[in-house]
Amino acid sequence: MKEKNTSTREGFGEAIFEIAKKKKDLIVLTADLRESTKVDKFAKKYPSRFIECGVAEQNMIGLAAGLALAGKTAVTTSFGVFTPGRTLDQIKINVCYNDVDVKIVATHCGINVGKDGATHQALTDIAVMRTMPNMTVISPCDFIEAKKATKAILGMKGPCYLRLGRAKMRIVTKEKDRFEIGKANVLMKGKDATIIATGYMVEKALKAAFLLKKDKIHASVINCHTIKPLDKKTIIEYAKKTKAIVTAEEHEVNGGLGGAIAELLSNNFPVPIEFIAVKDKFGQSGTIDELYKHYELDENSITKAVKNCIKRK
Amino acid sequence: MVKDIKKLEKIAQQLRIEIIKMITNAGSGHPAGSLGIADVMTALYFNVMKHDPKKPKWNKRDRLILSNGHVCPARYAAMAYAGYFPKKELMNLRKFGSKLQGHPSYTDFPAIESSSGPLGLNLSIAIGQALALKMDKNPATVYCVTSDGDHNEGNTWEAIMFAGNRKINNLINIIDRNHIQLSGKTKNIMPLEPLKEKYLAFNWSVIVINGNKISEIIKACERAKKIKKPVAIIANIIPGRGVSFMEGKSEWHGKAPKKEQAEQALKQLTR
Repeated sequence: MKEKNTSTREGFGEAIFEIAKKKKDLIVLTADLRESTKVDKFAKKYPSRFIECGVAEQNMIGLAAGLALAGKTAVTTSFGVFTPGRTLDQIKINVCYNDVDVKIVATHCGINVGKDGATHQALTDIAVMRTMPNMTVISPCDFIEAKKATKAILGMKGPCYLRLGRAKMRIVTKEKDRFEIGKANVLMKGKDATIIATGYMVEKALKAAFLLKKDKIHASVINCHTIKPLDKKTIIEYAKKTKAIVTAEEHEVNGGLGGAIAELLSNNFPVPIEFIAVKDKFGQSGTIDELYKHYELDENSITKAVKNCIKRK
Repeated sequence: MVKDIKKLEKIAQQLRIEIIKMITNAGSGHPAGSLGIADVMTALYFNVMKHDPKKPKWNKRDRLILSNGHVCPARYAAMAYAGYFPKKELMNLRKFGSKLQGHPSYTDFPAIESSSGPLGLNLSIAIGQALALKMDKNPATVYCVTSDGDHNEGNTWEAIMFAGNRKINNLINIIDRNHIQLSGKTKNIMPLEPLKEKYLAFNWSVIVINGNKISEIIKACERAKKIKKPVAIIANIIPGRGVSFMEGKSEWHGKAPKKEQAEQALKQLTR
């Protein structure tokens, strides 16, 4: 086990290395990012099942689809700004339309990339990926959950997108917690509002819920690690129970988790929703804390949103 | 396997007749490219490739990846004549609910190996399949057909660079070099020459042939299989081959003939 603060990309790296021994048809590809995406250990131990594509992501996705058509499970690794960033058509046609067993693993998603700035902060990837038929979209919240998510996607057939962060983050889940694709985890139960968060925003949502308790506001917190397919049952249940929803994600407000939940609830049980997300802006360089604060992704922004949402009930 | 070149030429002519009927019946499609590639499809399905129409997923089969998916009528016709499905189904081309989609759909028709249509996507798929076959020590060969337009796309050149680097020697890329693309002659839209030299510089081996001569296609494939590098067969092809008013004309890239035009075309093809 790693120390307390570690990244979701490291969780993926450990899991893929562990699974490789048993899963002989597993092939890992990268586009000159083996160390950054944490597949360097896999590459060293299993060179015949590791494919270095150079900085050519479009070819990488095509190769992966070809490998999968021939019966392999292909895992591509790159940054979110490149896959899906510059490979939309390859993912849509080669992977999703062919409906093959390709797992697209993207690290450096969200604003937590920090100092590299806007060009390297993937903020539109959820929106892009969740519009693709046949695609499953997973966004784990910490190291432990990233390990479980990696094992889960390799246990199912078909296209998947695994969204990972670069920064180290506090571990908020436990080894014994259940992880099931398409089943959201309720972390806290409160009657006044529900915060539905994904990725590193789960940690912020928990912090916000504790802060709200001081003001006698009891919020539920849901870890929505699977963005597609959404856990409709749990989300509708908590919309009914609390009648106020705040979504939280490290992503553009347009088309992300919040959008998915708004689509679901407007069809089933409309309640006030507030969105914690980047509001139609590019990111920039800075420390993670500076960026979370500036783009209103921190716990204080979440508590404010919860209070606003409760007023709108 | 058909060895007699005369017989193969007859089959190719038959495929051309079907192509005109199919596209006319559908009311849309790509006749020039389809007519042009008919000889390559004939050579592949009736002589070159190891395959079994009764077992389309036979593990040892040679794979054919068609990157320029818009010429699929030629492939569909070849597959029907080879016995993959009844010939009468060819008239379902582009019809609602048909497995013969306007551009090939793998999930609707798995025997076509991969969906294709948007140019530039499928040489990578072919290389991925070739890699997997090598890993499994499967002796099958992967044939890919790419077009002039495919070579405008950056993805194709990424794939060419990769295959040259990895010496993927179970891959043969047959280039449907018909010198036209959607809006005109390739030399006016985006010239590809010197294409042979480009492939050589990317560490491929290159064979240049007349892609409307079945004997040359067969010979080139036999030679290519023995080369320890990826091989590009530049097949110079006359688009619209066999129909005088379509030959070499980019305006026949993507429109169906009208009834009288189809009759005229069929008259020429059945001569």
